[in-house]
Amino acid sequence: MKNLILSTAALALLGSMAMAESHSVVRLGTEGAYPPYNFINDAGEVDGFERELGDELCARAELTCEWVTNEWDSIIPNLVSGNYDAIIAGMSITDERKEVIDFSEAYTQPDPSAFLATGEVDFSNAVIAAQSSTIQASYVTGMAGATLLEFATPDETIAAVKAGEADAVLADKAFLEPIAESDSEVSIVGEDVLIGGGIGLGVRQSDTELRDKFTAAIQSMKADGTLNELITKWLPGSATF
Amino acid sequence: MSCYLTTGKHMSMYYAVGTVLLLLAITAPTALAFGFAGASAARSDFAPLRWIGKTYVAVVRGIPDIAFFLFFVIALDQAFEYIRHRIKCPDWTEPVRQGNDFVVCTAAKLPLGNSPQWVHETYGFMLAVLTFAIVFGAFAANVLFGAMRAVPRGQLETAEAYGMSRRQTFWRVLVPQMWVYALPGLSNLWMVLIKATPLLFLLGVEDIVYWARELGGAKQPQFTDYPHGDWRMWYFLALLVFYLCFTKVSEVVLDRIMAKLTHGQATAAGEAQRKAAA
Repeated sequence: MKNLILSTAALALLGSMAMAESHSVVRLGTEGAYPPYNFINDAGEVDGFERELGDELCARAELTCEWVTNEWDSIIPNLVSGNYDAIIAGMSITDERKEVIDFSEAYTQPDPSAFLATGEVDFSNAVIAAQSSTIQASYVTGMAGATLLEFATPDETIAAVKAGEADAVLADKAFLEPIAESDSEVSIVGEDVLIGGGIGLGVRQSDTELRDKFTAAIQSMKADGTLNELITKWLPGSATF
Repeated sequence: MSCYLTTGKHMSMYYAVGTVLLLLAITAPTALAFGFAGASAARSDFAPLRWIGKTYVAVVRGIPDIAFFLFFVIALDQAFEYIRHRIKCPDWTEPVRQGNDFVVCTAAKLPLGNSPQWVHETYGFMLAVLTFAIVFGAFAANVLFGAMRAVPRGQLETAEAYGMSRRQTFWRVLVPQMWVYALPGLSNLWMVLIKATPLLFLLGVEDIVYWARELGGAKQPQFTDYPHGDWRMWYFLALLVFYLCFTKVSEVVLDRIMAKLTHGQATAAGEAQRKAAA
């Protein structure tokens, strides 16, 4: 009963608001814990490569955008059930994800992933930390002799290596490099690995209109070189277009 | 140092403390109301009502909190949107389920896609309150159900002997006396509720534990004015102190309420109070 009263009250409140037009506001979902792609800055706002990129894409596609943060683990379910309209969270385009959601054209080249460790690592028998449901996690599963140790946030994977819980962490090189630079305890070891097909914006499969708008905006940014400028600024060491 | 503690990010954390307190302040009475309704239904003479009450308590108590929070809330949200969809867009022909996607017409979105962020946050918060209330209401219902049965039979018989109707006996004799039996169980629930607030983040509400993890994580100089190593331990230590203080205050308050409720009751503690006064 209480339930009913509450829900009708909520319906009445929201029902009285103006009717919405299709995508008058596009809500962009991100993780906010993966610098330099996306992170929360000192002011408590979303910042980083994807913040600048997303704002520019929205301006070009003439969309009003709003930023929302969501935990990585539930970032796809919440997109699919309509809590936001696009994922822009350093998400690589993979066939597995394509079964559930659609992607815009890639806005980075396939980015190298790297290992970060406190010393030399024997990769034939090592515990490798990675963030769960990432391309790196599935890569480690396929590595001979490696044991995968999964964590919900990127930050925890680094902490695990420093605490000796894992021998190395596998993540995007652009994420690991600033850490290796500022922290003398850890460094990048071994060979880079190339996994994934570049990063794209994730949208619902039924939302082809939004996907096409973003793809068009990305193409225009590629054409006039602004995307390359952003990549050089935020992701030094990554390939440009 | 004082600059560091007053960055926008830290402000968000202090704000989250308010969110948690507000959530508790709204959830506790709502859950109690759910519990009272559930307990009353479970001991009703009218069979269907009794079944509803018993099923509610059994089902909700039996499902793990995390499963409830992950699935029930998304289902609840979609149910609201589906109802609005049927009312507002009767001539919509496309299916609502398109492969993996849940698609309703834009007018049925809850909250509307173009409403400001605070509306989305408030809506998420209300969903959280509702879910917490349903979960903790089921436990409270069981506690109250037990408490209602613990009221001495003699009290109810006396009320009947005075010619009170069933309804009068319930409201005037049973309910005022049951609280003293319910309070130990309810205070337990309150303590568990205080500590359950990190589940909020599953619903997209940023609570203090989320901010402690985010603020405590190592920060590189490229991305912040205040680079530091892994400080999560200190942030969690602060949380620990916060929760301990909070539960301590709760205990003191609950003890006072208990002393008040015991006054004049036909229980051992009530008897002791009478003797001490005499």
